[in-house]
Amino acid sequence: MCSPEPSRRRTSKPSRVASSPATEEAQPVRARGLVKRYGELVAVDHIDLNVRGGDVYGFLGPNGAGKTTTLRMALGLITPSEGIVELFGRDPMRTGAAALEGVAGFVEAPRFYPYMTAGKNLEMLAALDGNGARARIGEVLDTVELADRVGDRVGGYSHGMRQRLGIAAALLRRPRLLILDEPATGLDPAGMRDMRLLIRRLADEGITVLLSSHQLPEVQELCDRVAIVSHGRVVYEGALSDLRRQGGAGYRMHTTEDVRALELAGAQPGIEHPQPGEHGISFQAEEREVGEFSLALGRAGIGVLSLTPELATLEDLFFRLTEGQLAGEAQATPGAETPPQLVEAR
Amino acid sequence: MSVAAAEQHAQPALAPRRFRRPPVRSVYRWELRKLVSQKRTYLGFGLGAILPLAFVVVQLLRHHQQRGGDSIFFSEITQSGLVTPVLMLIFLSAFMIPVIAALVAGDIVANEDGNGTLKTLLTRSVDRGQVFTAKTLAAMTYAAIALYISAAVGTIAGLAAWGFHPIVTLSGSKVSASEALLLIFAGNACYLIPLFAVVSIGVLLSTATRNSAAAVVATIGIVILLYILAQIPGLEGLRPYMLTEQFQAWQGLLRTPTNWAPITHSVWVCALYALPSLFAAYLVFLRRDVAGG
Repeated sequence: MCSPEPSRRRTSKPSRVASSPATEEAQPVRARGLVKRYGELVAVDHIDLNVRGGDVYGFLGPNGAGKTTTLRMALGLITPSEGIVELFGRDPMRTGAAALEGVAGFVEAPRFYPYMTAGKNLEMLAALDGNGARARIGEVLDTVELADRVGDRVGGYSHGMRQRLGIAAALLRRPRLLILDEPATGLDPAGMRDMRLLIRRLADEGITVLLSSHQLPEVQELCDRVAIVSHGRVVYEGALSDLRRQGGAGYRMHTTEDVRALELAGAQPGIEHPQPGEHGISFQAEEREVGEFSLALGRAGIGVLSLTPELATLEDLFFRLTEGQLAGEAQATPGAETPPQLVEAR
Repeated sequence: MSVAAAEQHAQPALAPRRFRRPPVRSVYRWELRKLVSQKRTYLGFGLGAILPLAFVVVQLLRHHQQRGGDSIFFSEITQSGLVTPVLMLIFLSAFMIPVIAALVAGDIVANEDGNGTLKTLLTRSVDRGQVFTAKTLAAMTYAAIALYISAAVGTIAGLAAWGFHPIVTLSGSKVSASEALLLIFAGNACYLIPLFAVVSIGVLLSTATRNSAAAVVATIGIVILLYILAQIPGLEGLRPYMLTEQFQAWQGLLRTPTNWAPITHSVWVCALYALPSLFAAYLVFLRRDVAGG
């Protein structure tokens, strides 16, 4: 699924998506082997993406990782050097504006004509969209709470207001896929919260969201699936929950006899790194091994008072992936349709 | 932000609609509205209007002091107000009107690229070809409006100063005032042919350079370069094919009978400048990476 160059990447399991044309046709975003070169610089290096209907898909990576370049290619703004990206099965490079039907969003900050009012900007965009978009101007302005500033020139808008106007402009198109590049950047805490709520609500109503973000809490809160890019390459794609599991599940356990429990943990197969903790013991293990350990404790007459799983945070995983630490541990976890995968980072 | 209203936008989106691309005229209309909304648009219009006004004022003051002039039109200037727009076209067609046209043509793509609004346009339901066509037509429309504003101000000021009387043509024959008015309109229309070629070059430079100032200056520079080339000894044979030589082709209308030869010559020579420029600009625009702003 990920790379046409097996020597440079490894996956644990072939993708079922890749072998299912019917699924691919309906896929909001499907990228295969996407490459963008600027002279010697490879900004995007064989990226594959699978955004499925209904996903809130996080696109994560450090600055310069190739996120924005990938989104530009997805929207047909720049031509891939290699590979293909399709939106609902249509290639923007081949079908032009028709490929963007049902697709809306912005790359980098949304841009408007500063010498025109917000209302005029939206009128113009509605005229370029057709399909009765003009009639929706009032409601989209209500949605982003800019109705009272409709007559102001965009040149006088704050960054946050422009971001909201960008969302309004996207909603004019009644999108089935919303592509948002750092939508919360520059917003105050309340604005960020409102933006998250809006995105969540839009996703709940059936809009697929492809969200590029630096805000890890935002991604953690909003996204079901993520792709993490580093140096132009995907180092992980799959469910966020799987990623966190792959990152190493840890447990905290409080028992009636923690000292003995720790001794038993050290002798128990599958229980790794047992350590005394502030209130009990901690260790790492697969879920199945934890069950076995609990039974062993019971047989030894030790009661389990509490057992708390401790998953790695997205922030931990992000840095481990983008700094290459997790790449060597890469193991794919089988998924429902698209197996999540860790890909060898450079 | 009100999330409660979000479902109003989302729900109908689930059923895919048949794609309907808006017509080019919608894009064109908004290109014009954008021009109208920008202050700098009026700089060119102002230049086109002020120069004929200044000319009339100066001539009124001058003719109070002395009579006569350097050409047949100077001798006729006080005989009819309709001489003024003819003289203004002779003067302004050489450089000023091409400069005004270049101001918008050189800016029309590069400015949007630099500001990032080209991305906004190209992520809507219009194809790049439509955007390019609309922008080119808008730049041409602007040039034509600037030209006719200049002509209208010259005509009105001239009529106010010296009245609605017959004029003498370049062949020495007299034409009625109403016929002269028609000739002025037609002369300006003929001048649009080389002017559109200048606009085409401006649009190409605007598309290729992605820099408004560079494109405007380069367009004006090309006009100056062609004037210089036409003056180089040994290159006289090229002179009929220089774009700048076509700026005076409209004067064939002021002959009796009308001399169509320079006008028809102008049409194909200007096409040689305009069509390759537009074609190249179109290809660049279709294939370019839009990452600015």
